[in-house]
Amino acid sequence: MKYLYVGALAEVERPALTAIGECAARRFGMQVREIALPSIDFAFDAGRKQYASTEALELAARMCPPDAAKLLAVTERDLFVPVLTFVFGQAQLGGRAAIVSLARLRQEFYGLPANPPVFLERARKEALHELGHTFGLVHCATETCAMSLATGVRHIDSKEAAFCTPCGARLVRHQVNS
Amino acid sequence: MKLHWQILVVDDEEVMCESLAAWLREDGYTVDTASSGREAVTKAAHRDYAIYFIDLKMPGGMDGIETMMQIRKQRPDASIIIITAYATVDTAITAMKEGAQEYIVKPCNPEEISLLVSRIVKVKNLQRENSILRKKLSRQYVFHDIVSKNARMQQVLTLAQDVASLRSTVLIQGESGTGKELVARAIHNSGDRASQPFVAVSCAALAETLLESELFGYEKGAFTGAAQQKRGKFEMADGGTIFLDESGDISPKLQVDLLRVLQDRAFYRVGGSEEVRVDVRVIAATHVNLQQAVAEGKFRDDLFYRLNVIEVRIPPLRERKDDIPMLARHFIERLAHELGKDISDLSEGALRSLLDYNWPGNVRELENAIERAMVTCRARQLGEDDFAFLTQSTAAAQFAIPAGMTIEEMEKLLIVATLDRTMGNIKESARVLGIDRSTLYEKIKRYNIQR
Repeated sequence: MKYLYVGALAEVERPALTAIGECAARRFGMQVREIALPSIDFAFDAGRKQYASTEALELAARMCPPDAAKLLAVTERDLFVPVLTFVFGQAQLGGRAAIVSLARLRQEFYGLPANPPVFLERARKEALHELGHTFGLVHCATETCAMSLATGVRHIDSKEAAFCTPCGARLVRHQVNS
Repeated sequence: MKLHWQILVVDDEEVMCESLAAWLREDGYTVDTASSGREAVTKAAHRDYAIYFIDLKMPGGMDGIETMMQIRKQRPDASIIIITAYATVDTAITAMKEGAQEYIVKPCNPEEISLLVSRIVKVKNLQRENSILRKKLSRQYVFHDIVSKNARMQQVLTLAQDVASLRSTVLIQGESGTGKELVARAIHNSGDRASQPFVAVSCAALAETLLESELFGYEKGAFTGAAQQKRGKFEMADGGTIFLDESGDISPKLQVDLLRVLQDRAFYRVGGSEEVRVDVRVIAATHVNLQQAVAEGKFRDDLFYRLNVIEVRIPPLRERKDDIPMLARHFIERLAHELGKDISDLSEGALRSLLDYNWPGNVRELENAIERAMVTCRARQLGEDDFAFLTQSTAAAQFAIPAGMTIEEMEKLLIVATLDRTMGNIKESARVLGIDRSTLYEKIKRYNIQR
C-alpha cells in the first residue's frame, strides 16, 4: 500500500496541514500520512531574500519514505526559481516529490487583514495543483480547474479545489497505469 | 494546442536553464535546453522549435544576439525571446532590431512569461490554421504536400515531377483513397500550367448524356432545357489541365468522343456544328485496372493507349505500410488544429493496430479512422483502445470477393459470413440468404462448413 505523504516543515501550522491532507485524500482517493521534514534554510538566497525552490524540492525528493506514492512538502517560506520572481510551488512532473509555499497565499502578504478560511482554501488548491503535476498533469485551460496555471492569488481564488472532468480522467488513468 | 510547439531554452547557467524549462514543461510544452549558443544553433538545425528563450550573456564567443542571428538565418519563422539580468535600453534596442520578438529581464514575473508564451502560441496557432485553411480553400497542393518516404512512392513522385511541365497525357492508376487527385493537382501545380485552371470531373458520377454535355458543353436548343449555350469542362480547362476521375467508367460512346479530343484537341459542343479547339492537358485517373478492362472488351484499346502515355501507378497503403506512422502523425497534427484537440501523438499499441490493419480504403480511410479516434479520445495521445473499431471492421471486412474465385467458393464464403453474423442461427441465416432451411443445411453439409 502506497501513501500520499504531506511533508510538514516546522514552521507550518496545524490547520493548514489538516486542510491540505483532507483535501488531497478526497481528491486523489488515497490515504494520507504526515512526515516531519528538516528545515530548508540551506536554500536561502541572501541576495533575493527568498528560498531556492529547486533545492528545497530536491530535499523533499530525498526524504521520500519507501511507502510514499507522492510527497508534498509544505513550507511557509517564499520560494523562487532563478528566472522567476517567485513560485507558489514546484513539482517533479510525473515524479514523486512536490513543494508548495504558503507565504504568498496569506492575505497578510499583500498588506491585508488575515483571513484564515480564504488562506486555507488557497492552500488546498495549490497543494492539489502541485500534486497534480506529480501525477503527470500539466496546466489546464479550464480556468476553474485546480490544474489551471495561477500566477496570482486572484486567479487562485477563481479556481476550485477540484480537477475538471478531463484532468480527473487523466489522473485516474495515471493512477491505474502506475 | 500547446503540444505541437516545441521550445528551446538557451542559457549557460544550468540552474537557469533547467528551472525555466521545468516551469514551461508544467505548462504542457515540450522543452529542450542548450547550454551554449553553439549547441543551440546545432539543435535548431535538427529540430524546428517554435520559441527560443536565449540568455543575452553567454561565454564562449557567442552571445545571445549572435546566437539569435544564427538561428534566424535557419529558422526565419521562429519567435525569439531574449533574457537578460541587466536591462539597458541599448541592449533591448539591439535585440529587437536584430529580430527578437520580446525582451525579458530576469527574474521575471511568472504572469509575464505565461502571457508572453501564450500570446506567441496563439499567433502561431492562427498562422498554422490559416495556412491549412488556405490550402484547403485553394487546393494548391504541390508534391511537398504528399507525405511519404516509401521508395515506390518516391519513384512515383519523381516520375510525376518529371512530367509536370510536359503536355503529355497522364494516366494515374490506384485504388480508391490512394490520393490520385492529390497527385494530379500536384502535377498541375508544379508544371507551367499552374496559373491556369485545373478542372476536375468525376466520370462515374454522371449519366452518359449528362457527362457528355458536362465535358463538351451544349448549344442553345440542343435538347429540352438547353435554354442557352453552355461551355463544357474542356473549354473551361483551356490552357490548363482537365482531370478525368474514374475514367474507367466512361461509356463506350463517350470513349469515342474522348478519343477524338485527345487526338485532335478539338470537339463539337452537343448539338453544335462549330468545332471548338482547346489546349488542354489531360490527366485521367482510374481505380479499375484498365489493361484488364481492355482485355475484357469493356474499354477501347485505342483510348487506353492515348491515355496511358505516361503511367503513374500509386501503390495501395497496405503495400507501403512504412508510410503509416508518418501519415498518422501528419493527420493527427492537422486534425488537432481542425478539431481543437490537444492530441499530439499515438501510442506504440495504437500504431501497431494501424500497422496490422489492411486499409482497403487506403489513405482516406486512415485519415477518417484517425479523425474518428481523435473525436472520442480524451487523453493526450491516441491509444490502442481508440482504434478498437478497426478490429471490429476487420472482422466484418474479411468477406471480400477476390477475382479468380469460383462461384462455389464464393457461395461457401457467403454462407460462413452469414452464419457468423447470425451467430449460427440457421433459421435467421436462411431468411437472410433467401433460401430454405433444408437447402441451407444441404449446402452446409456439401461445403463441410464447421459450425
